[in-house]
Amino acid sequence: MIEVGPAAFMGLAAVLFTLGLYGAVARKSAVMVLMSLELMAVSVNLNVVALSRFVTPTEMTGQVFAIFTMVVSAAEIGLGLALVLAIYRQTRSIELTTMDSLKG
Amino acid sequence: MTETVNGVVFAILAFASIGGAIGMLTTRNVMHAAFWLLEVMVAIGGLFLLLSAEYLAVVHVLVYAGAVSVMMLFVIMLSLRRREDAVRPVDVSIGGAVLAILFGSIVYIAIAQYGDRVAEMPAEAPDTAALGELLFTRWALPFEVASLVLLVAVVGAVWWSREVDR
Repeated sequence: MIEVGPAAFMGLAAVLFTLGLYGAVARKSAVMVLMSLELMAVSVNLNVVALSRFVTPTEMTGQVFAIFTMVVSAAEIGLGLALVLAIYRQTRSIELTTMDSLKG
Repeated sequence: MTETVNGVVFAILAFASIGGAIGMLTTRNVMHAAFWLLEVMVAIGGLFLLLSAEYLAVVHVLVYAGAVSVMMLFVIMLSLRRREDAVRPVDVSIGGAVLAILFGSIVYIAIAQYGDRVAEMPAEAPDTAALGELLFTRWALPFEVASLVLLVAVVGAVWWSREVDR
């Protein structure tokens, strides 16, 4: 049977974070950017939980931290989507390219 | 005493999550992207199960695959005037790709250098009861602060999304 160490989990989390980073920079729709941010938050969670399981499983610090990260990212996504809806109501568009009222 | 993670199950879940993330980034339809994100979240929940974090796995699927994805779908549907608006051109960003590749390679170097410091998985893994006990004794204050953060977020979301006459 093939065994998997912590490096595999770290690598997977790195790949997911990289994909999320690209999506957050490249996509032009505000909702897609929020989705990419979620992907990045989740990959960090995965890393924390995996390392906690491999290094100090009885302390469970990683799992507790993951719960708090989840709370913060849930709050972030709720506020972000409310903001997207408010912007849509004002400008009738959620494209990031149309949000240029602060442009000099 | 050590335990191991089944490599085959890990490979399947890793393939599902990376494939879902790529699907989310390459699909042209925003609705499809939300469903791909849902698939990634379910796969990550499976990975949490592999790491014997049962409570976290269930909560993860509940929060991300349940609540967040549904909220995303609602916002997408509310912010589309026509059905065709969901389909949009694929955004390609050279700068974003360079940034992501740079970041990925730095992390890869770090993992290749220090990733094998811990190789063995300890056999003892506390269960959900132990997690709950820890959360309400040692982490009680951060736990209460987290609930306050959620309350503020809910009030802020309601405040922002209310109807304004102008």
